[in-house]
Amino acid sequence: MSAALYGVMAEFKHAEALLGAARAARAAGYERVEAYSPFPVEGLAQAVGFRRNWVPAIVFVAGLLGAIGGYFMQWYSAVVSYPINSGGKPAHSWPEFIPVTFELTVLAGAVVGFLGMLLLNGLPKLYHPVFNVPEFDLASRNRFFLCLRAAEPRRARQFLGALEPLGIWDVPQ
Amino acid sequence: MKLSRRDFLKLSAASAALASAGCSAPREPIVPYAMQPEMTLPGVPRFYASAASFVGAAEGVLVESNTGRPTKVEGNAAHPGSLGATSVHGQASVLQLWDPERSQAPRRMRQPAAREQFESELNEALVRLEARRGAGLRVLTPTVVSPTLQSQLVELAARLPEARVHRWDPLNRDATHEGARLAFGRALEPIYRLEDSRAVLSLDCRFMEDEPGRLNYIRQYARSRSPKPQSMGRLYVLESAPSLAGAMADHCYAMPLAEIERWLLAFANAPAADRTMRAIADDLKKNRGLILAGEGLSPWAHALVYRLNHELGAPVALIDPIDPYPQPHAQSISDLAQAMHAGEVELLVIVEGNPGYDAPADLDFAAGLARVPLSVHLSLYDDETSARCTWHLPATHYLEHWSDARAFDGTAAIVQPLIAPLYGGVSPHEIVSLLLRRPQSGYESVRGRWKAIDWEAALRKGVVENTAFPPVKAALRTVALPTPKEPAAWSVRLVPDSSVLDGRFANNAWLQELPRPDTKITWGNAALISADSARQLEVESGDVLEINTHGATIHVPACVVPGHPEKSVTIALGYGRARAGRVGNGAGCDAYPLRLSDSLWSADATSIHKTGSRQALATTQNHARMEGRGHAKHIALADLIGQARAFEDETPEHSLYPAWPYDSYRWAMSINLNTCVGCNACTIACQAENNIPTVGKDEVIAGREMHWIRVDRYFEDRRTLFMPVPCMHCENAPCEYVCPVGAPVHDSEGLNLQVYNRCVGTRFCSQNCPYKVRRFNFLQYSKDDEPLKAQKNPEVTVRMRGVMEKCTYCLQRITRARIEADKENRRMRDGEVVTACQAACPAGAIVFGDLADEQSQVALAKRSPLKYDLLAELNTRPRTSYEGRVVNPNPELDNG
Amino acid sequence: MAELRGDIAAPLRRWSYASVSDKIADLVLTRPAHWPWLAGFAVTFAGSALFFGAIAYLFVKGVGIFGINIPVAWGFAIANFVWWIGIGHAGTFISAILLLLRQKWRTSINRFAEAMTLFAAGIAGLFPILHLGRPWFFYWLAPYPNVMELWPQWRSALVWDIFAISTYLIVSLLFWYAGLIPDLATLRDRATSRAKRVAYGLFALGWRGEARHWARHESLYLLLAGLATPLVVSVHSVVSLDFAICIVPGYHSTVFPPYFVAGALFSGFAMVLTLAIPMRHFFRLEDFITLRHLENSAKVLLACGWLVAYGYFIETFTAYYSGDPYEIAMVQDRLAGFYAPFYWFLLLCNVLAPQVFWWRRARRSVWLLFAMSIVVNLGMWTERAVIVIQSMHHDFMPSAWGNFIPTAWDWTLLLGSIAFFAFLFLLFLRFLPAISISEMRELVHEEKHA
Repeated sequence: MSAALYGVMAEFKHAEALLGAARAARAAGYERVEAYSPFPVEGLAQAVGFRRNWVPAIVFVAGLLGAIGGYFMQWYSAVVSYPINSGGKPAHSWPEFIPVTFELTVLAGAVVGFLGMLLLNGLPKLYHPVFNVPEFDLASRNRFFLCLRAAEPRRARQFLGALEPLGIWDVPQ
Repeated sequence: MKLSRRDFLKLSAASAALASAGCSAPREPIVPYAMQPEMTLPGVPRFYASAASFVGAAEGVLVESNTGRPTKVEGNAAHPGSLGATSVHGQASVLQLWDPERSQAPRRMRQPAAREQFESELNEALVRLEARRGAGLRVLTPTVVSPTLQSQLVELAARLPEARVHRWDPLNRDATHEGARLAFGRALEPIYRLEDSRAVLSLDCRFMEDEPGRLNYIRQYARSRSPKPQSMGRLYVLESAPSLAGAMADHCYAMPLAEIERWLLAFANAPAADRTMRAIADDLKKNRGLILAGEGLSPWAHALVYRLNHELGAPVALIDPIDPYPQPHAQSISDLAQAMHAGEVELLVIVEGNPGYDAPADLDFAAGLARVPLSVHLSLYDDETSARCTWHLPATHYLEHWSDARAFDGTAAIVQPLIAPLYGGVSPHEIVSLLLRRPQSGYESVRGRWKAIDWEAALRKGVVENTAFPPVKAALRTVALPTPKEPAAWSVRLVPDSSVLDGRFANNAWLQELPRPDTKITWGNAALISADSARQLEVESGDVLEINTHGATIHVPACVVPGHPEKSVTIALGYGRARAGRVGNGAGCDAYPLRLSDSLWSADATSIHKTGSRQALATTQNHARMEGRGHAKHIALADLIGQARAFEDETPEHSLYPAWPYDSYRWAMSINLNTCVGCNACTIACQAENNIPTVGKDEVIAGREMHWIRVDRYFEDRRTLFMPVPCMHCENAPCEYVCPVGAPVHDSEGLNLQVYNRCVGTRFCSQNCPYKVRRFNFLQYSKDDEPLKAQKNPEVTVRMRGVMEKCTYCLQRITRARIEADKENRRMRDGEVVTACQAACPAGAIVFGDLADEQSQVALAKRSPLKYDLLAELNTRPRTSYEGRVVNPNPELDNG
Repeated sequence: MAELRGDIAAPLRRWSYASVSDKIADLVLTRPAHWPWLAGFAVTFAGSALFFGAIAYLFVKGVGIFGINIPVAWGFAIANFVWWIGIGHAGTFISAILLLLRQKWRTSINRFAEAMTLFAAGIAGLFPILHLGRPWFFYWLAPYPNVMELWPQWRSALVWDIFAISTYLIVSLLFWYAGLIPDLATLRDRATSRAKRVAYGLFALGWRGEARHWARHESLYLLLAGLATPLVVSVHSVVSLDFAICIVPGYHSTVFPPYFVAGALFSGFAMVLTLAIPMRHFFRLEDFITLRHLENSAKVLLACGWLVAYGYFIETFTAYYSGDPYEIAMVQDRLAGFYAPFYWFLLLCNVLAPQVFWWRRARRSVWLLFAMSIVVNLGMWTERAVIVIQSMHHDFMPSAWGNFIPTAWDWTLLLGSIAFFAFLFLLFLRFLPAISISEMRELVHEEKHA
């Protein structure tokens, strides 16, 4: 075992086992706990210490900016930059600026929200130490993993062993 | 590949030679523009007065020249045959000049040959003939409207007394002149003063389309329609074929020619016997009546009309014919044909015309021509006649030669060339001077004829002063009237086509694509037939009919026209040509086989029946009824009196948005349906001015014609209503706000502009245009062909495919006037901007100008009680508005 | 949370996390291409080649190769556009709206329905460009910096269209891709060859199923659904405005937005059935796409049929109620004019035929459903064509009336676009999981604990 260990990982068969293990690890004072599952497990994020989800705020702000920017673009171009007489309608024909404003609201919210989700998740990240564990392939199929990023691997292994996992692996850096 | 040193040197020498050849100047000395011709500025068009003749008399024209290229024809206001207006043929003549299929070289037996060879062959023959005082020499011309040519021919007759000069013009005036011969003992030409009469009876007289005075007469008619009870004229028409006059008539009766003659006899003898006749006769008597007789009527009918007019004291003057030829044309060409068949003709010179195609069918002119040892045909095209003659010579176009021409009233005008002959053509004067054995340029001949006048003034004005023929006093003789013949079961009425006339314009795409006023057919003709007669024959429009007369059979598609006489079909002449050119070949069907020398305008059909095959008619208007929508409005004079507004204004009072402010010029147009006779001059003038492409028959059938101003024609309330429809330049333009790129946009003067560069071709604008006046380049319609592109107006963009276009109110003309006004630092004056359609209109039905100027003509028109906006209820606020038509039916008659 | 009904849930109990993952992933990873797929691929490839060949010819000659004219300046291209964009509605509707409504049964059909949406919307987006007179300038409809300082004309419904469709395409793509990421990770982890592992791995973006990631992913997915819900309603509303803001009778109608959206769902669900029925048959997916799914779709079809019937009725009613002679004439022409046979045909397809779904046996007859899905799509295409073409051919000025007759090129582009759509869908089936694996695992999980 080298000193450069990312953490220690345990494999579970059921979501409930993982959830229990995560809660136990947090209770045991492990601060840096990562849980991996093939589908979202309710309560798991909170169990590993996830506090604030910024995604909704990002989507809201981006949508708002999209709306303001979209309306401004139309107003600026039709009233200030290049006003034309189109069908005798006033330059600032606001009812007709609504559809584009709406579309840009949705577009900005969706695109920025998606990028924000990736950014907050640190993705794309094609290499990650957990992939070094051969059994981790099953994390996208039917197995559940808990990874403890501990300074003392031995203690962590002991702690995990007590949770009756299917197996325990060191995760090399 | 291995390149030896020798090869390399050879190659480099060759390429050097090529490169230097590419840079060398042409062999002829070229002139830098620094020494430009005086008064010629690029971008500034100049206008030259000239005269063009289409229906046996001259129409004065002003020809626009752009750096030496004639591009557009306008009317000459000083000329009585024009009064500032142009006919459709005048407009289209400039396209004929640039037609790439004009004959470009002399031909002997169809093969290109040298002019020198022609001259030596001709001289050889002339030497031989001169020995016999000209016996065996025949010259054939259409109506000669050129005084110079007339005197040259007189000179020829004097020099060679045994030679004979013949006339054949398919649009001749035989019946009119023969009628005068019966009535007065000499050929005379009636000149009508329509505006001086308040009751006009036209007996099949096509005075708005085929008569020599047509433009003048339309203007007079329009003046007589001023809707005031004390002065408004009334028009009665008996017609055997749809005509513009019939469409405009207050009372129109359709009947075959024979019926019209019987009606006339009864009318002359006992008008009191019939209610209609009595009412008309009373009206004519009370209101300085005038009777017009058409060419289709027999000479005796004309003679009778001369007498009736005399009795009425009708405003009609009689003058000598402008072509004083002593014989009827039909007689003259019969004599020629007989002589040819008898082998008496040694040398035949055909100076223009196309008798090989349009001579009466019973003469077998073509076979006779084959018996002439030396025949010469001078013509613009290498046509049917050229193909049968020994020699064909390319003729000069009227824009290429010096000549002169008389208007319908005798007024002479000098024809001056705008451009050197494009293909080394020969003018009629030159060929006759060759026959005179005194070769002379056309200029010398014409100058020689007009020694005593102020030449420059005549050229500048486009008219030779005081040359109108004086009225002739002639005593009436008694005319023996025939017992009218029984009408045949079915008759065929032959008429000149409103576009191609006798066939001479068959290769003119503008005219071919110009919808015929009565049927809206393009690219061909049809057998016009009434709905009842069609039902009897079990045919619909497009069904091909077989028509048999004594000795001839033709196949022609039927076209059902409401108000056509029963038991009769009308077929326009001039189609089915074999050697017209790529444009005209095969368009329509040839009706000349039905035309006999003793009956030029009608034929008795032995049978008419449906063949079972169909032929698509390329019509631009597929629906003739208005469906009660009141687009083309009309009102009876009696109902108009005392009304502030004839038609309710349906413009909504309120609008979601405030009106857009206009603080400069406010361009607008008013179209007077009361005077518009539906002649289509506006459509073709617009085509010429705005570089509008033609699309061809298939594309017209597909519904893609490009005319910016179309003349709608509706049959409603037993009337034919014409309605020119250009872009309305709506202030609340529905086309504009739907365009994603803002290509249609309003300018500060209220013009609805179309920015071609910006257009991406979504066609949303056309979808949302309630008037459907937008035109789209579905394919690449504008061709870049030489020399046709020389005709293009340099001030108007040629549009590419995929771009929408439409009427611009002749923006380029506004700009030209603006430059002139700016130079003098003033506003543009009323009347300074004249749109192309307005300039061409013989009726003066279109006025254009600035609404901001309350005294402008257009502002006055908009205050007329007859004013209405098309589809006003849509709140489009169109700048183009209409004045409704006023009809003036005789209260004594129920047919209105 | 709405529980799954027995006939959807029961088959699921036969499956575990592992087997459900393997079943769906192996359709892509290991299952060899069978002859039906190969035959379909060959036919649709040829059709797509024809489609692009026709487009090349169109660009060389111009839109004059179509039957359009003045007055009918819009023809098949616009009808095809509206039809395809309508088909493109079902996917997002199923994914987003049914997600928000907690309709769990949607899980087994949302993925391929979203793919269908993308392909249909993409093809729909092609047609307005093919329709342009000068297609090479299509980008002038978008705001971009240019030396002329020109902007799009914001009052035009076509500009709204550009924004609506591109937004819809992008949001649908993000929604679809966001849902795909965990599945791509599954494929990456199960891939047998290195090439596949790299390819799927790149697109999986390094997804590893961490709990915080799942939390953000789930909330984004829900938010996208929330955004897509008004979007999906707005897109066809905006498309309908292409017509409704016009003043021409037959176009100018306030009922158009809801009526177009209903029509879009109608044709969209029909297309879902057209695709789902052969797919479940050939790929043995009967446990995931159950008869209950098909039956629910049939009910949606029935409901949408009534909605569009209401649209047809109200159009006619409003015309007479308004007393506007032009509106009345338009309706009369629709019922008895040149194009009337097409109108009656669409009523037959869209209103009369779906009534068969009142009977449970009809709703559960797979092949009847398949046939009906085609009938409805034919009917909906005809409806679009009738609105686009028939309304214009007899508008205000009788003098300008004319008929549109489609040419061989009109038909080639329509049939070619269908072939290209099928071609893309066949590729999708071979390269991406047609059913969401992670969501199926979640369903299996929930069923186990139900």
